[in-house]
Order: sequence, then C-alpha cells, then structure tokens
Amino acid sequence: MNGRLRRVNAEPRWLRALLLGVGLGFLFFFLALPLLAVFVEAFAAGWTAYAGALNDPETRSAIGLTLLVALFVLPFNVVFGVAAAWAIAKFDFRGKSLLITLIDLPFAVSPVVVGLVFLLIFGAQGLFGPWLAAHDIKVVFALPGIIIVTLFITSPFVARELIPLMQAQGKEEEEAALSLGASAWQMFRRVTLPNIKWGLLYGVILANARAMGEFGAVSVVSGHIRGETNTLPLHVEILYNEYNAVGAFASASVLALLALVTLLAKTVVEWRMRRENSMLLADLPAEES
Amino acid sequence: MLRVIHQLFLVLTLTFSVTLAFAEGSSLLNVSYDVARDFYKDYNPMFQKHWKALSGESIELKQSHAGSSKQVRAVADGLEADVVTMNQASDVDFLAEKGLVARDYAKKFPNNASPYTSTMVFIVRKGNPKGLRDWSDLVKPGVQVILPHPKNTGNGRYTYLAAWGYALGQAGANDRTAQDFVGRLLKNVPLFAAGGRDATTTFMQRKIGDVLISFESEAELIAREFGKGEFEVVYPSLSILTEFPVAIIDKVVDKKGTRKAAQAYLDFLWSPVGQENAAQNYLRPRNQEILKKYVAQFPPIKTFSVDEVFGGWAKAYPTHFRDGGTFDQIYQQK
Repeated sequence: MNGRLRRVNAEPRWLRALLLGVGLGFLFFFLALPLLAVFVEAFAAGWTAYAGALNDPETRSAIGLTLLVALFVLPFNVVFGVAAAWAIAKFDFRGKSLLITLIDLPFAVSPVVVGLVFLLIFGAQGLFGPWLAAHDIKVVFALPGIIIVTLFITSPFVARELIPLMQAQGKEEEEAALSLGASAWQMFRRVTLPNIKWGLLYGVILANARAMGEFGAVSVVSGHIRGETNTLPLHVEILYNEYNAVGAFASASVLALLALVTLLAKTVVEWRMRRENSMLLADLPAEES
Repeated sequence: MLRVIHQLFLVLTLTFSVTLAFAEGSSLLNVSYDVARDFYKDYNPMFQKHWKALSGESIELKQSHAGSSKQVRAVADGLEADVVTMNQASDVDFLAEKGLVARDYAKKFPNNASPYTSTMVFIVRKGNPKGLRDWSDLVKPGVQVILPHPKNTGNGRYTYLAAWGYALGQAGANDRTAQDFVGRLLKNVPLFAAGGRDATTTFMQRKIGDVLISFESEAELIAREFGKGEFEVVYPSLSILTEFPVAIIDKVVDKKGTRKAAQAYLDFLWSPVGQENAAQNYLRPRNQEILKKYVAQFPPIKTFSVDEVFGGWAKAYPTHFRDGGTFDQIYQQK
C-alpha cells in the first residue's frame, strides 16, 4: 500500500462511457422503445380510429372486467397478506418456514400451470366438476374462475412486502399497547396498521399491477366469451389474431396507461415511506433531550 | 375496516348470483375459431331478427373466439357452448370422442355440416418475382415457403395435405412419391410459424419468404391490415377444400332447454341470408346461385376434400400428424 491512493472511480473515460451507454441502450431498446411502439401502433390509423377502437362495447367490457377482477382480488390480498405477515413476523411456531415457502409458491409456478390446475379441480372433467355441474354452479369459464386464479397469482405480493417490515419493527409496541389495556382490535388499528400502512399500500399496488396484467392463467380458465369473460390482456391477443392491429394496440395502450398510473402511485408511496422514515429519525433525538 | 370488508363480501356474493342468474336467461353461446368474428358479428343480428319473427322471442347471442384446438378443449372442460362453429373436423371429432356432440354430427346438417368452405391459396410478393404458379414451383431450390406448423395448427395441416393431394394427382404417383414431394416442400420452409397470424407477420412484416400459404378467406384480412398493393393471390391448379363444421353440444342444450334455438341458429347458416353473409366475408357459400353471383371474388379452382383423398380426418390425422406419422418421418430425415 505504499503507492499513491487511487480514486475509486478512476476507470478510464471510455470504459465509463461504454458501460453507461450499454445500460442506457438496454433501457431504451427493451423498455422505452416497446412502450413507444404500443402507442405508435395504436395511433397508426389516427385519433378517430383509436377512439373508435376503445369505444367498441367489447373493449369497454374487457376494461370493466379487468377493473372488476382487481377490485375483488385486492381486499382478499390485504386480509390474507396482513394475516400471514402478522403470523410470521410476530409469532414463532412450528412449520413457519413451510408457511413462508407456501406463500412463495405462486411466484414459482408458471401461470399456465396454475390455470390448468384449477381446470383439473373445477373443470367438467375435474375433481369437483360433476358436483358443480349438478348444482348448476359455474366456476371456470366464468367470473369466479378468473377471480380465483388471479387471487392465487397475486397472493404473495402483500405478504412478501410486509414480512420484512413487520419483522424489523418487532413486537414491543404491540406488547406495550396490550399491557396498557388495549383490546386486540384497538392494538391492530392504533399501533400495527399505522406502522405498516405504506408497506401495505405498496404491496397492494404491486398486486394490482399483476392482477390487471395477468394473461397465462386467466387465458386457460376464461373461456374467452366476448363481453363477459374476456379480460383486457386476452382481448389484446384476440384482436391481434383477428388482424385488428389498431384495436389490439389501442387496448394494449390502455393496459400500458394503467401500468403507468400504477407506477406513479408506487413512486408517490415510496416517497411518502421515505419521508415518514426520515421524519421518524429526526424526531428521535428531540424526544431524548 | 370490518364494515368495509363485510360490504365487500356482500357485493361479491351479489355479483356471483347475478352472474348465475344471467346464465339462466334465453341465450346461446357460440364457441368458434379466432378469425370467425367478422362473420358472426354480421350473422348474429340477422339471426336475432329471424328468431324474433319465427318464435316471437328475443335471444341473446354470445361469442367466444380463440385458437380452435384450445376452444374445443375448453368445451370439453366445461365451457357451456350451445353450438361450436369450427374450422376443422378433427376438432369437432375430439368433442364427439368425448361424447359432447353426436358421433354422426356431420350428417345432422347438409354439406358435411359445413355451411361454407374455403381453400388454400398462395400469397406472393407484388409482381410475383419468382413466378410461382403451382405447387410444383414451391419445391424448386431457392424458394422460401412460409406456413404454420403442420403438427399443431389447422392451416399447417391443410397446407400439408393440399401438397400431398397435389403430388398424388400427378401421373404415376403413389404415397411414396407424395411423401417425397412434401419432404422437398418442407425443405424450403425456413421456419415454422406458431399459427396463421404468426405466419402472416413473418411474411408481411418481417419480409421473410417468397410465398405464404393461407386460407383464401384470410387473404382479405391480410389485405385489410397491410394493404392490397403489397401482395398478390395465386390460385394453384389444384388445392384442398377446407370445411368449417358446425355442431350442437347435446348436453348443454338439453340442460339449458335451448335445443330448438341452437338448431335454428345453425340451420339459418344455410339460408340465402346466411350464405350471402358468408360470401361477403370471403367464405365460399355452398349455395351455387350465390356463389355464381360472387364469381369475381371466387375464381373457380379445382379442389379435393379430405374425405375424398385421405378417407376423412379420422384417418388422415393419425397417419400424418400423430407422433411417428409421415410428418415426423420427413422431419427426421431433414
């Protein structure tokens, strides 16, 4: 170490430029360009064609169905995610690591396989198929089936987001609340929920993005009934296969816009989370003095 | 928070019961292949009018479109179709095997239960630079042919059998020379597309290949998207008659009590109104008078059916496309 100290970022200029160029080039070609292409194709035949494509009753119904599915799936995700994260972060029990693995299962299984599994359970030739048919209950190829597979696919997001957060927060605050005489519900509402609200929201946003964009699993159980069980991602594929490029890309642009709104919401939430954390830190010394 | 969850559950159960109630009403679900949408979008209002006049009732018609093999699988798994309108007999045969449609479904309606037909044609680049006129031109060295995979797509299978049938039609031909001919054709295929739409994209957008083999009816769809000036349609001297079989799903119509409406829905396809609609959607009508009226759109072409040359799909499918069939034999040699 008797040599002169080198600056850490002293790589030659050309190397820095190259690495930066590769990074930015990748971002441009694989993220920005495809997104741009969606809008270019959507408006290829002009604004009126675009508006006409979106005004098609089947497209409107697909947008409505996609939003409806997300609306049903998210509350379940909140309840399930909070309960699972709560159990895992605040308690020790046998089979805890098994539970964590189970929560990750939907991430590991291919969506098409998820769809097929639910067909095997609820389909006409499946486990409960004959019973369901006898009682005239439709699960697959109807709204319930779409909701069930979407729920399965999106279930890990909230829990995965909350577990590390709740583990880091520990259980002292909850214990204090309980020892001061709070009921379980009071403790949850006044102590736990405020602590996790931004993390929860973040998980919900991620789950929402996936719920609206899910293709593979929904494609298997949807039945593709126009105006009834055709979600927006499925609608895009079908329009494209029908040589209706403007319609397909117009629908895709709606999906892209939904994704952009989701991203925006995510950024706002992240910003609020950071601000809250730094405020918390700033408060600490003041309290001590 | 609890109240919110409670309300959400209420909404949820309500929606489910609404879905169920909705399914009970007087409606028909037509499960069909992917490019049939334009046809049925025009046809359904015509039938609704016809049905109103016939029975005094109004009827709701629902459509489901996707790849045809996927569609029949969904029907077998419980998608409650009253009728299926497909682009290949082997798909309806699958439903017959599962006991969902009558074994003799092809005899329940005229013309092999296929209300309209089409045929496989060549789509070549503007001006036909390679001068491709017939199947024999496609096996010449240096010609690139684009088609979807014969083992798992309808277009691909029809193309394969069309070339086989053409080779059988030559003097002194037998199954061995036909297999050789098809083998030479497949050698000219640079890549198999995953489906009809994929093949079109490969040919029209990526500009790969000298000739795309497609349904006559699909050439019009291609023109709509890419413009008529981009390509030419070439009719070979002989091609295959592609049939579009329709069938009633017995189990569903008996349960829903919609047999009469389903029968009328499919019967009406053979009415002059239905036949005219086929012609307007570039599908060859069975009605000879209407076919004559649209002769400019449908140049006469000599065709053979799968039944005539191959003894039906039930025989052609295992011989050529199952594992170990002629396609696999050719492809392993390649």
